[in-house]
Amino acid sequence: MNRIAFAAALLAGAAASPLAAETHRVAAGEGAGARLQEALILAAPGDVIELGEGRFTLTDGLSLDVDGVTVRGAGMDKSVLDFTTQQGAGEGLLVTSDNVTLRDFGVENPKGDGIKSKGADNIVYSGIRVEWTGGPKETNGAYGIYPVESTGVLVTNSKVSGASDAGIYVGQSRDITVSENIVTYNVAGIEIENSRNALVTNNIASKNTGGLLVFDLPGLPVMGGGNVILRENILKDNDTPNFAPKGNIVASVRRGTGVLVMANDGVLIEENAFENNPTAHIMVVAYLQPFDDPRYNPYARNVIIGPNAFGRGGDDPQLDGKEALLAAFGGALPPVLWDGIKEDDDTGLRIAEGVSGWTLNLSKPGQSIAEAQPGPLELTPLESWEFPKVGAPAALEARLK
Amino acid sequence: MRRGLAILALACATLGGALAHATVLVPSLVNDAAIRGEAFPAKLSEFGFFKDGARQLPQDFVYPYALNTPLWSDGAEKLRFIYLPDGTQLTADGEGLLQFPVGSAIIKTFAFGEGSERRLIETRVLLHRANGWVALPYRWNAEQTEATLALAGGRVDLVTPAGEAISYAIPNKNQCKTCHSNANRTVPIGPKARNLSVKWLGGMLKEGKLDRIPPGAATMPVWAARKPKDAAEPLARAYLDVNCAHCHQPGGGASNSGLDLRWEQRDPHAYGIGKRPVAAGRGAGEYDFSIVAGHPDESILLYRLNSAEPGIAMPELGKASVDREGVAVVRRWIAEMK
Repeated sequence: MNRIAFAAALLAGAAASPLAAETHRVAAGEGAGARLQEALILAAPGDVIELGEGRFTLTDGLSLDVDGVTVRGAGMDKSVLDFTTQQGAGEGLLVTSDNVTLRDFGVENPKGDGIKSKGADNIVYSGIRVEWTGGPKETNGAYGIYPVESTGVLVTNSKVSGASDAGIYVGQSRDITVSENIVTYNVAGIEIENSRNALVTNNIASKNTGGLLVFDLPGLPVMGGGNVILRENILKDNDTPNFAPKGNIVASVRRGTGVLVMANDGVLIEENAFENNPTAHIMVVAYLQPFDDPRYNPYARNVIIGPNAFGRGGDDPQLDGKEALLAAFGGALPPVLWDGIKEDDDTGLRIAEGVSGWTLNLSKPGQSIAEAQPGPLELTPLESWEFPKVGAPAALEARLK
Repeated sequence: MRRGLAILALACATLGGALAHATVLVPSLVNDAAIRGEAFPAKLSEFGFFKDGARQLPQDFVYPYALNTPLWSDGAEKLRFIYLPDGTQLTADGEGLLQFPVGSAIIKTFAFGEGSERRLIETRVLLHRANGWVALPYRWNAEQTEATLALAGGRVDLVTPAGEAISYAIPNKNQCKTCHSNANRTVPIGPKARNLSVKWLGGMLKEGKLDRIPPGAATMPVWAARKPKDAAEPLARAYLDVNCAHCHQPGGGASNSGLDLRWEQRDPHAYGIGKRPVAAGRGAGEYDFSIVAGHPDESILLYRLNSAEPGIAMPELGKASVDREGVAVVRRWIAEMK
């Protein structure tokens, strides 16, 4: 063997062996908080932190800042990070590194948010449970699963219950899939905010104030939310009274809302099943409040409501003039409520054959509801439509195989 | 080589017996290898920043400094130092952060108690290594003879100068970065030219440890010297810059809130007036805006500053009690707004 080939062989060997990922096991019990935090700090890229079965009692928030780490428990009900006695930090677990996988553990009663990942690209949440165990309360933390400012987000097979804002909240991010989660007893089940290219599919949102929210808000570093698909979700019994602290945008969500789209550029709502959402199965509105941000577009644009299964709903709306409205519509409001506001030259809202609704017939964002002239929704149904393919990169799903 | 000489000199001095505790004039005993290396030294003493750790007597080339308006941490006394290797200097960058040479370090010790009752709790070091800054927390032992690396942080029960019994949190290594991070880089926060005194800057300049005194230096008010009738705005804006803006600025830990509390931010909406909360959760209380001009008690910013409850309290880290004086100044600023 000549010397160059020998050197090359050595290098290849060196690259293959000592970089092998390590698995660090952290058991529950005495001092678990410090041991777990230390493991999270000392992990090398590619390592796995394995949480044992049992309860990890934590007095402080945890954080992870190493790329490519997997934190894996024995199951969402078996490895539980218990923050009931948390004394500091704004969330249970904060992730600030890329390519992180969080799976199969639970988080209970964090004082602020549950798990926040910020600027953490290509993150996977799978089999995670975040729960405020005392049920819906204003004093619960805001968000359960909270990825923000990230490109590449997959939240799947997870459960969130009791969030005083949104159970699963994806904010100021791109290329997102939220699939096969169960969100109950939150103010908003799932919220996609100021984000683009999001697929929300096969989730069950039940007993929230509002099931799925798609918002675009002014005054934030990232705006221009859009290209969001809500497909094949179940939105059922979202009738929990709003328990968000006043001042938060979700405090304005009416009890009994299935899907709420506010502002945004491109939202497709199809093949979902709606049942017993007493205010409206679907509500599409412009941004309601005054704003002073020249970069911001307050209109709901290019919103398409395709075929959906609409069950009972709209029969106990949290709306002014409820009695008169119910009387006018024969006892229950039709499934879709639109404020009627569209930007010049934009389609605003479009619907498929068979979708019925009503409109407030307003004409500009921020217009007083007192000026509404409610009437049936009379739009020419679409025969077909085009919508971009959206969602998280396939590699994120592949990581779970 | 110099370190070898230094040890020799110390050995000679020790041999002198009677001189064992006298100050020995030798070149710096700071351990440059510990600062520049890859490792996380287990003991604070390995750095050699102090001639006498318990008394916080700095080694040569370790310079004490103070900030005009300091970060409040439950009323802790803070002892701040900068280490500059021999032959290096700080470079001014406008009114902003001084630029530190590789191999330098920033050291901050947190202490509670007066006089002989003073107890050192923790010392945080920022090490400027070739690939960036590294932040490490060290916890002092009860005997006050050594501080040990506390990667995972810790908690200490103590009583603040205001008389409140608190569980004081020593941050973990990641939490150091939570504040000291901008656009994913770890950076110092405190030593900005605008928040240092002309006297200190002048002293460093004279010693050749600073290249120049930049325009905009020493423009932030001296918090400890404030008087009741001083204008509230500069005091409040300096306070918010120092206590909040490391997160609340573009690229900071709270960038997604859109709230920018930097001293130089001139857009009233950006620093909170009429700004709605985004992800405040119950931190918003009953209120709609970060700041409502003229109405401190309807302003989320003051509500959170005035709380010590996790999930509501701001700042989220390094605070277990309320800074009554800070709250009073920010309250007066908002109340006086038209």
